[in-house]
Amino acid sequence: MITIALLTIGEAARRRVLWVLVILALVAVGLTTWGVSALVEGARDDGVSELDIKFVVSQILIFIAFMFGFVLVMTAAFFGSPAIASDLESGIAQAMLARPLRRSSYLLGRWLGLAIVIVGYAAAAGLLAIGAVGLVSGYVPPDPILPVAYLAGQALILLSLTVLLSTRLPPIAGGAIAVVAFGLAWMAGILGKIGLAIGTTSLVSVSDAIRVLLPTDALWQGVVFGLEPAFVINAIGDNQFARTSPFFADAPPSPAIIAWSAIWLVLVLALAINQLRRREL
Amino acid sequence: MPAIEVTDLKKKYGQVDALAGLTMTVGRGEVFGFLGPNGAGKTTTVKLLLGLARPTGGSGKVLGAPIGDLATRRKIGYLPELFRYQPWLKAREVLILHAELAGMPRARRKAAAEESLGIVGLADRAGDQVGKFSKGMQQRLGLGAALIGEPALIMLDEPTSALDPVGRVDVRGIVRAAADRGAAVFINSHLLSEVEQVCDRVAILDHGRVVASGELDDVLGQAETQVRVDGVSQSDLPAFERFGTPTLEADRLTIRPMGADMVPDLVATLVGMGAKVYEVHAGRSSLETRFLDLVARDRPPAGTPSAQRLR
Repeated sequence: MITIALLTIGEAARRRVLWVLVILALVAVGLTTWGVSALVEGARDDGVSELDIKFVVSQILIFIAFMFGFVLVMTAAFFGSPAIASDLESGIAQAMLARPLRRSSYLLGRWLGLAIVIVGYAAAAGLLAIGAVGLVSGYVPPDPILPVAYLAGQALILLSLTVLLSTRLPPIAGGAIAVVAFGLAWMAGILGKIGLAIGTTSLVSVSDAIRVLLPTDALWQGVVFGLEPAFVINAIGDNQFARTSPFFADAPPSPAIIAWSAIWLVLVLALAINQLRRREL
Repeated sequence: MPAIEVTDLKKKYGQVDALAGLTMTVGRGEVFGFLGPNGAGKTTTVKLLLGLARPTGGSGKVLGAPIGDLATRRKIGYLPELFRYQPWLKAREVLILHAELAGMPRARRKAAAEESLGIVGLADRAGDQVGKFSKGMQQRLGLGAALIGEPALIMLDEPTSALDPVGRVDVRGIVRAAADRGAAVFINSHLLSEVEQVCDRVAILDHGRVVASGELDDVLGQAETQVRVDGVSQSDLPAFERFGTPTLEADRLTIRPMGADMVPDLVATLVGMGAKVYEVHAGRSSLETRFLDLVARDRPPAGTPSAQRLR
């Protein structure tokens, strides 16, 4: 498994994917920092209070996290959907699996290698962005590691789903299904919040069911909660309209949903191994 | 203990019998040719023997272990029909990877990779990226991967399909050298002349069944005599029945079975009939002739509507 994981990381480096990600992250962080810096300087010149600046910067951070989370999820889908399918289509996998290499080791090695690249990218780019914004604005989220961890978790969920689909479907089909499923789960999360606000239990039930099927939206709530200052949560309080926003969370994901996300990931990988074992090469 | 021993091995894909009861034995140190037309079940057999596909019936052993046994694969080298290796790796790195996957100790991998690259004629390209290789070079690399670690069984699926004539001669030498050191070499091939030159035994597969097998001499069987002649017609053929069974196609008279000892008598008969003899060849059927006899007799001739539908 470790051999395949290292091979996969080597592939990302040799195919210049790693360097593209690093350059993109640096460009994105640079532009964001410049934008926030200009905004904060302007606001201070206009006499805006530090509390208001903090509020605005926290909302910008959440918006950046939303965009970055989407890029991260797309990256995961882009990496995961060809992970097995392309190797099988090209014949690269057959040459390796004729060796004393278990299919489970091959699949988990591919997943682990990609997971390391994605988590590394999320951690480096996410923490760099939070740190740079903190330097120019003075606002740093209470626990900066937590939102980055949730962002990486979201991407790992998508990576696992695309690796599963990759054992049976061509790369484009697997990637498309995973991205659409991610979008639907995100919309289901918003509808669930609306359902809670207006007291429609059926909407809430459907949203909860989709969270069980694909727990990405639950992890997104963790990202939002982790980037918000406490006074924003207190200020919004019971304002039902504000609580329907996908960019607001008054609590982190419950331990139960976090545990389920971990179990979900293990189950999906187990199913992927099962599918690959059953597949005729 | 034979290298390969299978009994009544079967594989069905849906309702299609890809392999309908294969029984065969391949000995150690033997070069075994596995022949058959497209779709006969040759690649399916290799995949079953390697554990890449599961049989739907029968049983088999490879190097003494049940087919598909993981540990046994350390001792098997495999060149797939669809030979593709990580294009971002260098040739040397591909072979080191395969040495590692085969369980070779780290200290020996690099030397083994260099040795294999030397055998297949890629020593001077060891540091080049595989993605820049031609198809022929990639096939040589695949052969190098199959040879790494001196496996006890080498399975080659169409090993010369992308090679030029020089490469084909090289492969024959490599195969013989591997057999001489005691490895069993199992070759799937369409290139019958190649098989004829290098294999000790062959099996001819058609529609998932073995239609002929044994030592090359046994499979090729009857001696025949071919004469290029002018002045013989179909009505003259009964005159040659005392030599064997005659057939006439254009100016080529073939009599089978007929040994070289009867050639002077045949030529005298032809000359006596007033025919002009341009060329006489006495020998066995070529493997190609025998192959066509066995697998093409129930197929419609090319160009007929049913044959065109098959394409």
